[in-house]
Amino acid sequence: MQRIVIIGTGQGGQQMAASLRQEGFQGEILMLGEEPGLPYQRPPLSKAYMANGNAAALLLKPASFYERSAIVLRDGVRATAIDRAAREVVTGDGARHPYDHLVIATGARNAPPPIPGLDAPGVVELRSLADAERIRRRLAATRHAVVVGGGFIGLEFAAMARAAGVAVTVVEAAPRLMSRALSPEMADWFLTLHREMGSQVLLDAPVAGVLAGADGRASGVVLADGREVSGDLVLMATGVRPNSELAEAAGLACANGILVDATLATADPAISALGDVAAFPGPLGRPLRLESVQAAVDHARHIARRLVGGASAPYAAVPWFWSDQGKAKLQIAGLLTGADRTVVLPQPEAAPVVLLFRGGHLAAVETVNAAGIHMAARRMIGCPLAQLEAHGFDLRAAMKAAA
Amino acid sequence: MKITFIAADGSETRVDAAEGDSVMQAAVQNDVDGIIGECGGSMMCATCHCYVDDGWTEAVGGQQDGESDLLDCAASEVRASSRLSCQIRMRAELDGVVIHLPESQL
Ligand SMILES: Cc1cc2nc3c(=O)[nH]c(=O)nc-3n(C[C@H](O)[C@H](O)[C@H](O)COP(=O)(O)OP(=O)(O)OC[C@H]3O[C@@H](n4cnc5c(N)ncnc54)[C@H](O)[C@@H]3O)c2cc1C
Ligand code: FES
Repeated sequence: MQRIVIIGTGQGGQQMAASLRQEGFQGEILMLGEEPGLPYQRPPLSKAYMANGNAAALLLKPASFYERSAIVLRDGVRATAIDRAAREVVTGDGARHPYDHLVIATGARNAPPPIPGLDAPGVVELRSLADAERIRRRLAATRHAVVVGGGFIGLEFAAMARAAGVAVTVVEAAPRLMSRALSPEMADWFLTLHREMGSQVLLDAPVAGVLAGADGRASGVVLADGREVSGDLVLMATGVRPNSELAEAAGLACANGILVDATLATADPAISALGDVAAFPGPLGRPLRLESVQAAVDHARHIARRLVGGASAPYAAVPWFWSDQGKAKLQIAGLLTGADRTVVLPQPEAAPVVLLFRGGHLAAVETVNAAGIHMAARRMIGCPLAQLEAHGFDLRAAMKAAA
Repeated sequence: MKITFIAADGSETRVDAAEGDSVMQAAVQNDVDGIIGECGGSMMCATCHCYVDDGWTEAVGGQQDGESDLLDCAASEVRASSRLSCQIRMRAELDGVVIHLPESQL
């Protein structure tokens, strides 16, 4: 294999290039990314960056890394087509880039609901550094922010905005917060936390439209039940959609992401996909698409080992995720999909530890500010319920006993 | 402020850091091999494990809450001088600090 091309220069694309070199790949590596500049981390965009504005601290690697690793990075270049017959990627400038293997790491983009008024000035989203810079500039003059969507990004932003003295209203269409990825028990704890931080949180409150003032700027939102929430900044944080159009146009199977097999290869053996854009075989036999640093990074490492070493063991990394909201660091190990039993361990003066089981085995563990339990949980996912019960659900004790 | 990193093979790298930067950030921003910092300093990954040089352990201080739990999962041997470099913030007293890197982080 002579030449590997990576589309997308985000968390997963960067790791892909780095891991190929770590595994000893000697051929050419070309990264094509539509964003300007070097690959950076997104998680701090809704956390530390909002407070400190330090963009340099976001870079995954300095420029010297790409030079010394002989990784060619073309930024500000959008891939517009994949010519599978010729094994070439076409970019917006009309250039064609031949590949022996192609890795699609195009991530996801925001998916706002189809409501009127979204193009009013003052309506913002938070996916890229450019988005975050725009929001930071506005935040100083913002009195009241309306956050549409009570998921991780919306709530992290809400906590930061409160800390900066901005009034915040979170409106969420579902009956609870973070409903896609969190147990109701933990979601309840976070609801209380955000209310204590001074955010107003409205549940069961789908948004019907953005309101605009006389100057045309956003002045709030109107809910489906007619209630109006006023604010001078409206953050749309209603989830994302995978950037899979390129793959789809090239005839690769897609269904909420590019469908890949257990080795993260598409049906075309010359093309792999990773990170937010990839849907890989999940625990219930259904394709699973994760939006996390862990998935992007572990996918990249797995593909690099396969391409360089030829190993094609199935991908089986334990998922983990974190979210910082005010003083609470939420950590999730495993996946709660299909969980059929919940064990809640209340902690005095602190958030509960929530254990979720599927078919008698540990499927996921949610903790707050409890790094030790989280790290033990990562190793104990899949452990039989009876084994944990024997240790009073003390994951660290169970882990030591198993070692 | 200066930080000296000494790799497992003995090679030394000296980098500049600003007050308030973490030792992990300084390593990553200067492309020091041997510190990964996968979680960006959120105390989630233990891929920023380091050993504080004997002469500096007092100035640097001991592990923060939760740090030892993460270090339990570090890839290389954990010693009394082990720290997560993302939890060490640069301040005047740490100018010139010497940090040893573990053999591997994964
Ligand atoms: C504000 C925010 C906070 C987050 N917080 C956390 C967190 O706390 N913990 C966590 O685990 N995860 C978090 N995430 C999610 C995490 O950042 C993503 O899961 C991760 O970045 C996915 O990596 P990726 O490489 O798949 O995609 P990305 O990092 O999104 O990179 C994809 C890149 O591809 C580019 N691209 C798309 N199409 C093309 C094209 N046709 N041509 C060229 N380039 C293209 C995009 O512009 C982008 O730069 C957060 C995300 C955001 C936005
Ligand atoms: S960078 Fe992840 S724990 Fe320090």
